[in-house]
Parts: sequence; structure tokens; C-alpha cells
Amino acid sequence: MNDLNNDYDSVKDRVRALLDKQSDGGHHRFRRIKDSIAKHSIAFGGVSVIIAVVMIFFYLLYVVFPIFKSAEIAQLTQYDSKVEESVMWGMEEYGEIGYRVTKDGFMRYFNAETGDVIDYYQFALEENERVTSALYANKDDNLIAIGLDSGRVLLVKQTFSITYPDDQRKITPGISYPYGEESLDLGANSIKHVAAAKNDDTVSVVAADVNGELYFVRYELQESFLSEEISLEKVSEQVISNDTNIKYLLHDPTAHWVYTVSDKGELVSYYFEDGELSANERLALVDNKTEVTDVKFLLGGISLMVGDSKGVITQWFPVRDETNTYRLNKIRTFEFGESAIKTITPELRRKGFLVLNEDNELGIFFTTSHRTVLTESLSNLDSDSNIAINPRANRVLISGKGKAQLFELENEHPDVSWSALWGEVWYESYPEPDYTYQSSASNTDFEAKFSLVPLSFGTLKAAFYAMLFAMPLAICGAIFTAYFMAPQMRSAVKPAVEIMEALPTVILGFLAGLWLAPVMEENLPGIFMLLILMPLFIIAFGLAWHFMPTNITSKIPDGWQAALLIPVVIFIAWLCFTISYPVEKVLFDGDMRIWLGDMGITYDQRNAMVVGIAMGFAVIPTIFSIAEDAIFSVPKHLSNGSLALGASPWQTLVRVVLPTASPGIFSAVMIGLGRAVGETMIVLMATGNTPIMEANIFEGMRTLSANIAVEMPESEVGSTHYRVLFLAGFVLFVFTFLFNTLAENVRHRLRRKYGSL
Amino acid sequence: MKDKFFKSGEHWVWFNAGAIAISLVMVVGLILLIAVRGLSHFWPADVVVFETQGVDGQTQFAMGEIYGEEVPKGQDPEVAKQILLKTGNRDLYGLDFRWLKIKEIVAQTRRDDVMVLERREWGNFYGFLKSVNVDGSEFANSDSAEANQQLELLIDRANELHEQVKEIEKDDIGSINYDIEQLRLERRRLQLEDADTPEAIAEIREQETKLNAEFEVLQAKMNELYRDAKRDSVVMESIDGKTVTINGMDIVMAFQPNQMGLFSKIGHYFKKAAEFIWDEPREANTEGGVFPAIFGTVMMVILMSIMVTPFGVVAAVYLHEYAKQGFVTRLIRIAVNNLAGVPSIVYGVFGLGFFVYFLGGSIDELFYPEAKPAPTFGTSGLLWASITLALLTLPVVIVSTEEGLSRIPKSIREGSLALGATKIETLWRTVLPMASPAMMTGLILAIARAAGEVAPLMLVGVVKLAPTLPVDGNFPFVHLERKFMHLGFHIYDVGFQSPNVEAARPLVYATAFLLVLVIILLNITAIKIRNRLREKYKSLEH
Repeated sequence: MNDLNNDYDSVKDRVRALLDKQSDGGHHRFRRIKDSIAKHSIAFGGVSVIIAVVMIFFYLLYVVFPIFKSAEIAQLTQYDSKVEESVMWGMEEYGEIGYRVTKDGFMRYFNAETGDVIDYYQFALEENERVTSALYANKDDNLIAIGLDSGRVLLVKQTFSITYPDDQRKITPGISYPYGEESLDLGANSIKHVAAAKNDDTVSVVAADVNGELYFVRYELQESFLSEEISLEKVSEQVISNDTNIKYLLHDPTAHWVYTVSDKGELVSYYFEDGELSANERLALVDNKTEVTDVKFLLGGISLMVGDSKGVITQWFPVRDETNTYRLNKIRTFEFGESAIKTITPELRRKGFLVLNEDNELGIFFTTSHRTVLTESLSNLDSDSNIAINPRANRVLISGKGKAQLFELENEHPDVSWSALWGEVWYESYPEPDYTYQSSASNTDFEAKFSLVPLSFGTLKAAFYAMLFAMPLAICGAIFTAYFMAPQMRSAVKPAVEIMEALPTVILGFLAGLWLAPVMEENLPGIFMLLILMPLFIIAFGLAWHFMPTNITSKIPDGWQAALLIPVVIFIAWLCFTISYPVEKVLFDGDMRIWLGDMGITYDQRNAMVVGIAMGFAVIPTIFSIAEDAIFSVPKHLSNGSLALGASPWQTLVRVVLPTASPGIFSAVMIGLGRAVGETMIVLMATGNTPIMEANIFEGMRTLSANIAVEMPESEVGSTHYRVLFLAGFVLFVFTFLFNTLAENVRHRLRRKYGSL
Repeated sequence: MKDKFFKSGEHWVWFNAGAIAISLVMVVGLILLIAVRGLSHFWPADVVVFETQGVDGQTQFAMGEIYGEEVPKGQDPEVAKQILLKTGNRDLYGLDFRWLKIKEIVAQTRRDDVMVLERREWGNFYGFLKSVNVDGSEFANSDSAEANQQLELLIDRANELHEQVKEIEKDDIGSINYDIEQLRLERRRLQLEDADTPEAIAEIREQETKLNAEFEVLQAKMNELYRDAKRDSVVMESIDGKTVTINGMDIVMAFQPNQMGLFSKIGHYFKKAAEFIWDEPREANTEGGVFPAIFGTVMMVILMSIMVTPFGVVAAVYLHEYAKQGFVTRLIRIAVNNLAGVPSIVYGVFGLGFFVYFLGGSIDELFYPEAKPAPTFGTSGLLWASITLALLTLPVVIVSTEEGLSRIPKSIREGSLALGATKIETLWRTVLPMASPAMMTGLILAIARAAGEVAPLMLVGVVKLAPTLPVDGNFPFVHLERKFMHLGFHIYDVGFQSPNVEAARPLVYATAFLLVLVIILLNITAIKIRNRLREKYKSLEH
């Protein structure tokens, strides 16, 4: 006994000694430190993963945000300048150099920041000639038409050569005469207004003289074979008298339209057709109490922007009416203060414009988005104040009281607004307001159409047809699998469905586009027969099985019906495809596509039905798994109780199991819908990707996600287009997140409820 | 009795059974469709000769593999039934395929001496061997054994030469070009740092001269090889009597399908399958193999796994073991769960904006100023694609690991803690090892998802044809900034963007089958592991 005690004591001592040694050696402390380091680094890792996840949301928002921001303007410098003596002024591309065309016949280039003269060139004027009017004939070529009081017109081209000495940009301005220094003689008396348009092979010039006569001349460009010099050859010439007091004369860049406007707002439009300019319509732009104070073309020369003495700016453009003639329509109005509009200056690359009014307020507007981007009160202006803006639209010069003020303008995304994204917009040359998505085109004066409505519509349409196909199959399948199926079969079916879920969508899309779409086109009646005959045959087979002698039915235990039905399903599919053509011959005259066409229904090969089936296929396993889980986890004692009370299995299912599991099924559908909304590859490959708004099952669509995949690689970083695509991504994100959160919450509640049962 | 059937709702039961049966038929049918079409691509089908007589009474011959037959819709099968013949010889006919009307066919024969040449350009050639020219001496087909033997030698030599040319082009010249580019960047960097002393520049110039000299040598060698390659040629005759001389270098493979027995066909089948897996694509991806795509996919998936596993596991451990359970963790769990449901294209958009333009642009600014304005990391590439997909698959790993952790009974943790272990020791020694199969499952599912995902990759890094693999012999060997090819994108691109979709379709099916196979195998593994895991912990719970 004593020995044992001694032994015990000695062991205890030894252990104590060991532990003491450990703690003396800092082992415990080391372990404690290790533990706390691990704790903190795991917490850090975990939290940072979660932050990363949250960041996606905020980053998308961060990229999208600038499109809704207002413009900002800040004065850079102010210097003396005699802008009053000019008939035209502006800035080159970068806003570093300004220019003025003066009345005494000079092109003066000056430093836009300091006003210092850089260079000046004198036009070839005769004695006592003065410049009365100057306007761009072609902005891309910097070609200016200059009208003189002698009735002559000069065509002068500005040149800006850019060099990079010492890696610094240096712009050297100059002028040239692309069609020779000789003037164009229109035969006019003294030109009051001139307007010109130059395109690839013609130059056309319109001038209004002091007598109110319009002189219209059209030249063709002739290239000399030897010297490659280009000369002008007159092809037509017209003199038109105009009884209004012409105050504004405009000629559009396509050289088809000429507009004259009097200060009373009487507009006369002329249209060039079959080699002749003829009057098209006469119109009062304002009521008789109002005066027109400025008229300018918007970029592209389709829209007229009319400013009046009541401070309202209206946009007009020609639209074909029922008789197929063009009529100017009032498209939209912008209200700007109480006082009269002083001057309108269109932007040079976008469909925006800047306005000064008599209260010396500057307003910046954008037509497509119908947006007032900025209003700002300025000082040091007078009644002759004028605006110039550079093509990049980041610098603005404003004259007044013998001075010029240079402003820096930050106005990146005026072209998008809530109404431009989600509302009907009347785009230029469209007969009526419409929802349209067209982000880019080949020409530079293109009006980008960023309506997300057709894309959202396409997304919902694709999702709708997919759900239509997937929901019955997935939910019914889940009901059978969870409630009726034999366990052995269930353990084979579940992995099969999981594999179905794992199939890459690119493969489904590829099969849908290249295999299913042509097959379906060939066997359209067969597909529809499949929809009708499949359920009928299945139930008929069930009935037949029911009446089968017991010695056969007893061989197959309960819960294997699905396996029995597999050959039946294959047979029905085969049957439908076989009789597809005979049926088509009898019912649809041999070709259902043509028949549909006669009924007024368009048929695209890659249509919503193909997408519905392919995407339905992708969504079935998602819905199935969650719904099956929900039904299977309904406590057994509930259904057993019902069965014991004499209800049939189906009655038990409908009255007891399904009501209990319905939130789970609901959340399954929500998650499936989320997946269908965001799916990209299938819609990309199985539809034509045209952004149309047609609910027709036989036509395609373009979805938000496919749109991103198609356009994102080509969009310029930071451009409005880029941000709109991010917005589309953000919409998808929020949409699916909402659906999933809803589903998740429902599921969570369901789980807690079962827990209590 | 009938009454009872409907009253008890049994017809609904059958209806539901039908739904699952349809789903199963669709899955199996789809996989079979891909398998059959994809696998038949490699089989050397017999080549058939058709004699046709058109309406004008002219007799024509056509030869090729039968690809399918069809009756144009709405027409009488007797009159309009036609067969699709792969005639090859694109250099002669302009197209690979031809429709033949059954009605016009006078005779259908098989000639044993048909020879199929698989070429590096212009697709297959179907014809008859006339003669083989090797090193100036001609072997006419009259002595067929000798000619065939020479042809075999010729092809071996051609493949060897091609291999050599490729080696020089890709490896040697590629590496010289890479070095020259590095030197150019080095010089630019010195300039930017104002360290471009004459000595440094001279040194760079010296190295450049050396490389250029090496390049000259290789160039000469290449020219020699090309000259060598022109030495041999094969004269073939097509079925309509046109004679074509085919350069020996252009031939990949020659075989006579009509003479082949079953075993040699099987042999040929595997040879073609191996070519498919190991070779590079030819003819705008419509022929040859998909090796770069396989390589790119694997590479991306490996990088993704390296990134997603630690982060996913740490996040799951934090959520399950460390964080105080409550409202916040529930919120986070919902967020993580939902992220799995966020469309993949949104991750692509995020990856492009944040990783590529923002992070990549900043990296370029800081570390690669010499390469500007050409972007290094500031453009889509392998690294960004992997990170984007890691983010995309993160929820999968987190959810799966957490599930594994929650299945481990509390008693095990308590036991360990009671014995004096610290929390991290408990985790590291007992909990994590037990949860490792769950992590494995998560990872496998993540890999399966990543391997099949295409939409985000289109924005952050895949290209239809990458000139170089992301791994090569040039320092630093792994080039994460490079663009890469991907099986899924290959399917999309060849199937929908290629100029010759009809000819490329079998290849697309083969690629699709490969991808499906990989993904199904991965998923089955994951399912197996998960099931075993469940069994294991069931016994622990009692």
C-alpha cells in the first residue's frame, strides 16, 4: 500500500517537474501565443473574404455611379479678348488653342489659356471686303465656309499638326485652301448668312443675301489624275426667293436640308431631291408673342434646337408622316430660367448643347436623356456673350465685356438618365418614341440608345419560357422522387440530377444552337404533339398498368414507376417525331413555318422556345434538388398519421406534405428563377441576340447577361457604354441577390418550423 | 376500379413519375448524343465511290465518307433523298462537303486502294497514290509495296522535320524574341530611371548583337529545314482524275481506310484520339487537337484551386468555429449562400473592372512602366481569370467546408479541449483532418464548376488562339499575364464563330465530350467522397 502511495507520489512529482520544465521553457506561453495568432489570423482571413464579397456590390456601384453625376465647371483663366469682332470662334480638339474668324478677314489662333496670339493668317480678300458669316462645312475636316459682303464665299480649312518633341504634345495651327484660293461665286449680292455642307463627293453651299434671296450651289469633287489635286465642279445652281426675314440659315451635313428661320419664328424648310432644292414646309416655331433668339443644329444636323425669348429651348426634327413626307416635329422642350435665351452652342461629339440666357446663366443640356446637366450663374457677361467648346467637351470659352473666360468642364456622362434607361425615348429619325437598345454604330454623330427595357424584357422572356418548361418537370419530379420513389432508385436518381446540374452551360448552349434549333425547326408539329401526348400517354400507361394482372404488377415493387416509364417516354418521343411530318402535311400544308408566317407570326430558327428548353434543362436540377430536399424533410409522422387515417398516398401528399413543404418549393423556384435570369452562354448561343421586344415564342431576344458578354470586350473603359454595361451587371446582381435572399429566408424559416415539429 | 385509380389520385402519381422519367431520359440522352457524336469523330470510316448521272446525262464520280442522309422537308423521299458526303480536297473543290441525290447515283463501289492523307493545310485529301518522290527518285504506285514503304518513311521524316521546325520556331526563336523584348524593356527602364549610362546601353547592345547573331544562325537552320522539307513530295490523283502534288511536309498521316481491318481501325482511332488531345489546333481551330485549350483550362483551374482553398477554408472555419453565432453570422451565411446564385457574368464584369483595369492597371503603373503603353497585367490574362473564378467558386468551398465542420460531433472538440489542447491545436489536429473530405468535396465541386464556366472568362482572359502557352522555358517560366485558351470557350468559338462550322462540328462534339467527361468524373468523385463522409460520421454520432 505504502509502495503504491510512494509510486503515486513519485509519478505526481515527475509530472509536475515535467510541467514546470515546460512552463519554464516558455512552452505554454508559446502555445498560447500560437493560439491567439491563429485566432486573429483566421478572423482576419474570414472577415476579409467576407469584405471581398461585399466589395463586389460596392465596386459595381462605384463604376455605375458617375453616370448619374451632374457636370462640374470651374474657371481656369480670364483674359482680354475681342470676340465681338469675330463672326466665328472655337477651340481645337484638346482645348489648348482657340481661334477666331474676324470680320476684317483674319484667322487668329490664340493660346486658349492666356489669350496670347500664336499665329494669324489673312484670307485672300479684296479691298473693302468684309466677312459677314462663317460656319463649318464639315467639322471632321475642319472645313469652314466664309461668306463675304461682296457675295463671294471662301472655303478654308484649318490644320492642326501635332508633333511630340521631347515627348510633349505640340500643336501647330495653320490654314490651307483644299480647293484652291479662288472663291466660289454664287452670284449673290451681299451675303448675310452662309451655310455649307461637304461630304465625300459633293460640296453644297447656301447663302442668303441682304435682299432675302437664297442662293444654292452644288459642286462635285473632281480629282485630277496628275496632281491629285481636288477641284470643284459646279453641278447645279438655284436662286430661291424667300419672303421671310431670314435670320438663321442652316444646311445639314448630308446636304439634303436647308432651313431658314426668321426672328418671328417662321421656319421654311427646303429638301434636296432629284438635283433640285424645293420648299418642303412652312411652320411657326413659336407663338406670336414669342421671338426666336437662336437656332442651331444639334450634332449630325438632324435636330434643330430653337431658343426663344421665354427661356425655352425646343428640339425639332423631321419625321415622315402618313403621306410619307417629312414634317418637322416638336420632340422635347427644355425650360431654362425666365429670361430669353441668348445663344445655343451644340457639343461637337455628342447630342448635348450649352446655353446662355439673358440672366447670364449657363445651362448644359442633353437631348437624348432629356437632362439638365448643369446650370450656373456666371459673372462678367454682356448681351453679346458667346460660347465656344472644344470637341472633347472638357473646355469651354465664354466671352463678355471684352474678355474671354476659360472654364474646365467635367461632363462625362450626360447621355444617360433614368428616363433614357427605362423610359420611352424619341430618338432622332425615329417615327415615334420607342424603347431601343443600340449602343454603337459606324458613324461618329450616332445617337447612342441605351434603353435597358428591351434587354430586361428579353431576360424575363427567356426566364419565363425556361421556367415554363422547367417548373412542372422539376417540381413533379421532386415530388415523386422524395415521396414515392423506392430508396434504391432514389439513390441512383439523385446523383444523375446532380450531374445534370454540373453540365457546363456552354455545352447546353452549343447543343441548343447547333442541334436542337435545326431539329426543332424540322419537327415543329412533333414538338407540340410531344407536349400534348406525353402526359396523356403517361397517364394512359398508368391506367393500363393499374388493370394489369397482379402477377405482373407484383414483380415491380411500388416506387419504380419512373423506371417503367422510361421506355414509354422514349417511345412517345420517337412516335411524335415520326408522325411529325405527316401531321404537318395534313394540318399545316406541309410546312408549319410558312403556315405560321401566313398567320403573321415570325419564326426565327434560334428562338425563345429553344432557349426555354435548353435553359429549362439547366434550371431543372436546381429546382429539383431544393424542392426534393424540402419535401423529403417533412417529418414522417405527419404523413404516417394521414395514411393511418385512411387517406391515399396522393391525398396525403396534397393535403399534408405539400402544404408543409410549400415554402421550400417556393424558394426552389426563386433560386431557379435567379439562375435563369443570369444565365449567359445558353442565351448567347441559342438566340439571335437581337434586342427586340416581342413576346412571341418563335422569336429571339437579347438578355442583359448576353449583352454584357457580347459588348463588354469592345467597350471603351470609362465610357458611358462601359458604365451602362456595369449597370446591367449591377441590375442582374441586385435582382438575383434579392430573389436568393428571399428564398434563403423562406428556407431558413421552414427549417426552424420542422425543427419544432 | 377505374374510379379508384382517378379518385385516389394515382394518375397524378404516374404523372409525377413521368416528369422524373423525362428528366432522366433527357440527361442520359444528352450525354449519349455528345458521346456518340464526339467519339465517332476519330473513327476511320470507309471511303465510298459514287458514280452519279445528272439530269444532263453526264457521269461524274464522287468519293468520300458518308456523313449522313436526309430528305429535304416536304419532298418525296424517293426523289429527293440525299446523302452528305465528306469529299475533302478543299483545295480542289473549295468545300469539304457535298450533297448527292440518291436518285442520281448510278453505282456505289468501294475501292481498296483509296488513300486518305491528313494534311496540315486544306484538310483531308481523298484520292489514289500515283507516286512518291523521295530525294529525287520516284517510286510509282505500280510497285505498291515499295511505294507504300517509302510513303511511310516520308511521313515519318515529315513529322520529324515538322517537329524540329516547331521546336526551333517555338522554343529557340521564341526564347530569343522574348530575350530581345526583355532587353528592349530593360533599356526603356534605364531611360525612365535616368540610369541609361553609356556603359549600360553598350552592354545591352552587346547582348542584342549576340542574340541577333544567334537568331541568324537559327534562321539559317530553319531555311535549311524548309529546303529539306521541300525535297519529298507525293503525287495523288483525285477521283475525278485531277493530279495533285502534295509536299511531303504537309502530310500528317496517310491511311487506306478500306484496307484496314477492325484492329487497325481501332489502332487508328486511338492514334487520332491522341492527336486530338496532344496536338495543337490547325486551320483556325477547326482541325488538329485541343492541347493548348486543355493546358489552359488545367492551368487556370490549378491556379484557382491554389487561391480558393485556403481562403474558403479559413472563411468557413472562422464562420463556424470562431465567430460568435448570431445575427451577423446568419447574415454572412445568407450572403455567401447567395453569392453562389449570382450570375457568373457579373463576376466577369467585376473581374474586368476591378482586377484587370484597376489592380492590373496599378500594377503596370508601379512595376512595368517600361512596357507602357502596352499593358502587362492591365489586360485580361490567366492570373485575373483564375482570381475571378476563385471568387466565383468561393461560396462552394465555404458552404461545403462548413457543412463538413458542422457534421463533426461536438464531443470530439470537447474531448480535445479537455485534454488541455488549445483551440488551434484542436482544430489542426482533430477537427480539420476529420473535415478534410468535406473540403475535398468543396474543392472538387469548385473545380468542376470552374472548368465549365465560360461567360466570365470571355471578359477576363480567354482568347480563341493563344500564340504561346502560359508556361514555357523563358524565365520566370510561368507567365501569369498571358492570355490562354479554354475548352469551353473553344466550343463556343469553333461552334459559333468559325467560318467553316459544318466541317468543325465533329471536332466541337469531341471537345464537348472531353469537357463533359472531365466534369462528370470530377462530380462523381465528389459525390463518392461525400457519401463516404456521411457514412463515417453517422457512426460517430452514436
